[in-house]
This record gives sequence, structure tokens and C-alpha cells, in this order.
Amino acid sequence: MSNILVVAEHLEGKLRKATLPTIGFAKKAQALTGGKIIGLVLGHNAASVAAELATAGVDHVILVDSAIYADYLAEAYAPAVAEIAKVKGASIVAAPASTTGKDFLPRAAARMDAGMISDAIEVFSHNGAVAYKRPVWAGNLIARETSTSAITAVTVRMTNFDAPAAGAAAPIETISLGFAAPDDTQFLSFDRVKSSRPELTDAAAIVAGGRGLKSAEAFKMLEELADLIGGAVGASRAAVDSGYAPNDWQIGQTGKIVAPGIYFAVAISGAIQHLAGMKGSKVIVTINKDGEAPIYQISDYGLVADAFKAVPELTAALK
Amino acid sequence: MKILATVKRVFDTDGKPKLTADAKLDVSSIDCKLNPFDEYGVEEAVRLQEKGIATEVVICCVGPEEAQKEMRTALAMGGDRGLLVKVNDTESLDTLSIAKILAAVVKKEKPDLVILGKLSTDSENNQVGQMLAELTGLPQATFAFKLTPDAGGWAIVGREVDGGTSDVKVKLPAIITADLRLNEPRYASLPGIMKAKKKPLEITTPEALGVSVKPAIVGIGYELPPARKAGIKVASVAELVDKLRNEAKVIS
Ligand SMILES: Cc1cc2nc3c(=O)[nH]c(=O)nc-3n(C[C@H](O)[C@H](O)[C@H](O)COP(=O)(O)OP(=O)(O)OC[C@H]3O[C@@H](n4cnc5c(N)ncnc54)[C@H](O)[C@@H]3O)c2cc1C
Ligand SMILES: Nc1ncnc2c1ncn2[C@@H]1O[C@H](COP(=O)(O)O)[C@@H](O)[C@H]1O
Repeated sequence: MSNILVVAEHLEGKLRKATLPTIGFAKKAQALTGGKIIGLVLGHNAASVAAELATAGVDHVILVDSAIYADYLAEAYAPAVAEIAKVKGASIVAAPASTTGKDFLPRAAARMDAGMISDAIEVFSHNGAVAYKRPVWAGNLIARETSTSAITAVTVRMTNFDAPAAGAAAPIETISLGFAAPDDTQFLSFDRVKSSRPELTDAAAIVAGGRGLKSAEAFKMLEELADLIGGAVGASRAAVDSGYAPNDWQIGQTGKIVAPGIYFAVAISGAIQHLAGMKGSKVIVTINKDGEAPIYQISDYGLVADAFKAVPELTAALK
Repeated sequence: MKILATVKRVFDTDGKPKLTADAKLDVSSIDCKLNPFDEYGVEEAVRLQEKGIATEVVICCVGPEEAQKEMRTALAMGGDRGLLVKVNDTESLDTLSIAKILAAVVKKEKPDLVILGKLSTDSENNQVGQMLAELTGLPQATFAFKLTPDAGGWAIVGREVDGGTSDVKVKLPAIITADLRLNEPRYASLPGIMKAKKKPLEITTPEALGVSVKPAIVGIGYELPPARKAGIKVASVAELVDKLRNEAKVIS
């Protein structure tokens, strides 16, 4: 058997959108490997998540509902994922390349003695084997790799696969695994950045700010522009490090990978580590007072101007 | 408390990569350096030693003979000794192979805390720490921006995660991977560099540690990403709005 297991990500009883491109990846892989796409929900009182997943393009859903998955812990997820992969005959185990997927999947891979591909952006056939493409070198190089292990673990980049069309509801199977809760680790808290704006990873528009803004206060003008165009707010690492923006806003090699329809880079110089996270944007607009800033080399439209003057002016013009 | 801090010799990715005719990476003109994320891990270990919490800091690398240079760079920041597991072709090893070798080192050295970087900046896997945790049966706290070992044999770790931050408590021995806001790595001082030259650096091999590895992930070449062209500069906000509305048609 060569089924594809997709580990769903969810929060507060809802399927996270990050899961959908992973199912899109699974569809492409399935065209090469055959077999079924099995969606896995590990959670507590998570029937609503399983129901949502059932119509998201998978062939089968497995729900493992237990108090030990109430708060996410890699030590609890990894054995469950490995066990389900084994009993369901999976040859590929996929999860979103989110901080959650990146946390538990390598652990599960080691348990399954599986080779692992991080941040897949493409799956294709190479001499009869399944092969993957993934960005390395801060996005300046793309590696092509195959795997020889019986199971391959894959985290999937959210920006490169479409969500499959919603289909008829797949059957939901409830399984209990009987693992004990890990006793050497404890979840303490999740301090969530509350926001009414769309998530960075699926926003159609992003207004991102850099160190040049010099204060958290200055980010308010970006927020105003973002709200006007229904977008999200992002930041460079330097802006986050300086305390102008929460860490969840960081875009780049160490932060989120985004590909919106339009990306405004305001007072961001364009270090390769930042570009690694936003180069896939459809249209890039730069506002920077230094006309020589490297970010102009990848921008579709550049305005050499003081952000404190240009951004309010832009917001007013778009009202 | 004994700390094992891992360091990887990585390609300096600031330069533009070049490919050979057979789609391999042309490494002839690329410099190597200590993986930036590992500087954060080493810094944290050294700080715990300076606070008297750590009694010994061992710097460990799986890599070629030349990696002693990066190990000395780490030892110049602090730490007591180095352990190089010599492999000739690190490039051909996958993450699981590296994790298996490191697991043998953990078994031998029995550290109370292992600190890795979260990511190799060249191969960008973000896997080895998590795999090592599974192979050693130890708890993990990845993407750490805050590390507080408390007295009761546990550590509290603040983690940078999607949507915010999260705190977990792990029982020692544990595996931690460092994110960039964990600390501000120091520059090695001249006396530090001089001292590092005299610190013991043991060289061993996977065989001597009793590990034989066969990589599952096989590289089949590289390609360059599609290049993005520089666009145009506009003279005013009005012109920008006009272009976005009527040329790019991304805004209504
Ligand atoms: C291992 C590693 C990983 C990293 N990961 C990331 C990452 O994920 N994301 C990331 O962003 N960075 C990352 N970095 C950091 C990166 O190298 C840069 O330091 C960072 O991106 C710089 O941020 P910046 O452009 O905001 O700041 P700067 O480089 O300081 O640029 C500020 C810009 O603002 C402009 N400016 C100043 N005032 C004004 C004004 N009034 N109006 C208009 N423009 C103005 C200046 O001309 C300048 O171009 C990483 C670094 C390392 C080593
Ligand atoms: N060859 C190696 N030798 C020592 N440590 C390594 C090696 N490869 C990876 N690591 C450690 O694992 C971390 C994550 O690497 P990676 O999973 O390759 O992104 C790095 O920051 C290092 O601390």
C-alpha cells in the first residue's frame, strides 16, 4: 500500500487553512503514487475539525480524540503519527511547514526511520521515483531530492500548492491509540497575538515595515493602510528585534513565508533573509528613502520617499 | 550541569550560488562559516556557564577535518572542549544520519542539556534537533527565545511559534533548538581566540561511536529559482496609485 497521510493542523475547534495546501500537495503526490489521501486529526473534542477536514479533498479521515492532544506537544504527536502511518500503510506523511509541522514531523520521521523533506514546493517523478523540490540558501537555490526510505516525511510550503476543490464528505474513522501522556514535558501557555486581520500566510495583501520606521507607534500607519485594503501587517526581523512588531509578524527565512497578490515593503532594506520570505509575492511595492536599497532590485514599483510622508498620503489616496 | 552545544560548518549563503553543467553546486568559490543559528546556541551555553549553572560546555560537530576552524570559532566564544565526529562528505549525509551520529555522542557524553540551532542556513532543514530528541528519547523545546533552567531538574522554555509565543516545561536532560531572539551572540575576544587554540579538541569517527549510516534522502541536483526583475521607480504617490490600479490591477 502507498497511502498519503496528511496531518491536519487546527486551533480552537477549527481546521487551520495551512492544512489546505498540504492536501493540494497530497493530490499531486497521489497522481504519482496512487493510494488514498488520509487526513489525520489529533485533538480533544475535535469532531468539528474532522468534519471540516472530510470535505477538504481527502479520501478518508482518522480522528484520534484524547485529552493528551488537548494542548499540542511534539512528544505526544510523534508516536501517534508514526503509529497511524504504520497501520494505514502510508508511504508519504505530510504536514504544513508551520512551526507545528516543523516541530513534530522530524520527531515522527526519526521514529519511523523515514527520510525527511522540509518545505516542499513541488513533487514530481524522477526515474520512476517520487522527487521533491525545496528552496535552500535563503531561497537562492532550489534542491531536488528523492527518498529511499519506506516512508518519507514532508513538510509542505503553504504558498506553492492550491487548496483542492471541496468535495463530498469522506468517511470519518475514530481510532484510539492508548498512548500515555508524556511525563517529561508540559505545555504551559500559548500567548496568542490577537488580530482581526487575515493571517499573513493567506492574506491577499501585506503591508510590511522595517527598522526604518523607528517605533511601534509608526506601525499604526501601516495597520491603517492594511485595514483599508483588507490586508495583513508584516515586519522585518530588525523591526521585531527592536520591539516595533510582535514576532508573529516576522517575514523571511526565520519567519513566515508569504506570497500575497501585493506586498508593500516600507522602510525595509531587502536583506536576502527577508527576501526569502516574500520573493514569491505577485506585485512588490517598495517605499524607502534610500533609492539604492537592495529591495528595489526585486520590486515592481519603487517610490523613493520618506515613509512618514508617503504612507499616509497613499492611504488617503486609496480611501 | 553539562551542556552539549552543536555546531555545523555551513556554506556562506551571502554569495550567489553557481551551478556546474551537471546541475551540482559549484563550491569552488564559496566560503564556509559557523552556522549563525549555532552561534545563538553556543552563546546560551556559555552564558549558563558564566552564571555558574553549567559546569561543562562541550562543542560538537559532525563534519570534515576543516570544520575544526568553525569549532575553534565557537570555542573562542567559550566552552571547554571540542568533539569532532569526522566525516569526509557531510553533504551526502541526510539529517537523520546526522541525528543518529549525534545520538551516539549524547549517549557517550550524557549531557543534561543539548542546545542546537533551529536551522542550517545553507541546507535549511530544521530537523536535526527534533530527530535527535526522538532518537535519544528526550523531550524537545524548539525555536527557543527564552531558556530558564530551574532548580528542580526542569527547564522552562519560551518558544516562537505561529500566532505568538508558547511556554513549555521540559525535564532535563532535554533537547533545545535556538531561535534568533534567544540572545545576542558575542564576538570572540582576542584572549578568547588565543585560549581557544589550546582547548582540547578530540576527533572521533561514526565507526568509533558504533554508528553506521545510510542516508535516505538523495540529492539529484539543483536549479536556480526564477529571477525577479527590477521594475520601475515612480515619482509620486499619485503615480504609484495609478500604476497599481490601472497597470498591475491589484488594487481597486
Ligand atoms: C540567520 C539569519 C536569519 C535572518 N532571518 C531574517 C528573517 O526571517 N526576516 C528578516 O526580515 N530578516 C532576517 N534576518 C536579518 C536580515 O539579515 C536583516 O538584518 C534585516 O532583514 C534588516 O531589516 P530592515 O530591512 O528592517 O532593516 P535595515 O536593513 O536597517 O533597513 C532599514 C531601511 O529603512 C530605510 N529607511 C529608514 N528610514 C526611512 C524612512 N523614514 N522612510 C523610508 N525608508 C526609511 C533605510 O533606507 C533602510 O533601507 C536574518 C539574519 C540572519 C543572520
Ligand atoms: N553536521 C552537523 N554537525 C553538528 N551539528 C549539526 C550538524 N548538522 C546540523 N546540526 C545541528 O542541527 C541544527 C539544525 O540543523 P538542520 O536540521 O540541518 O537545519 C543546526 O543548527 C546544528 O546545531
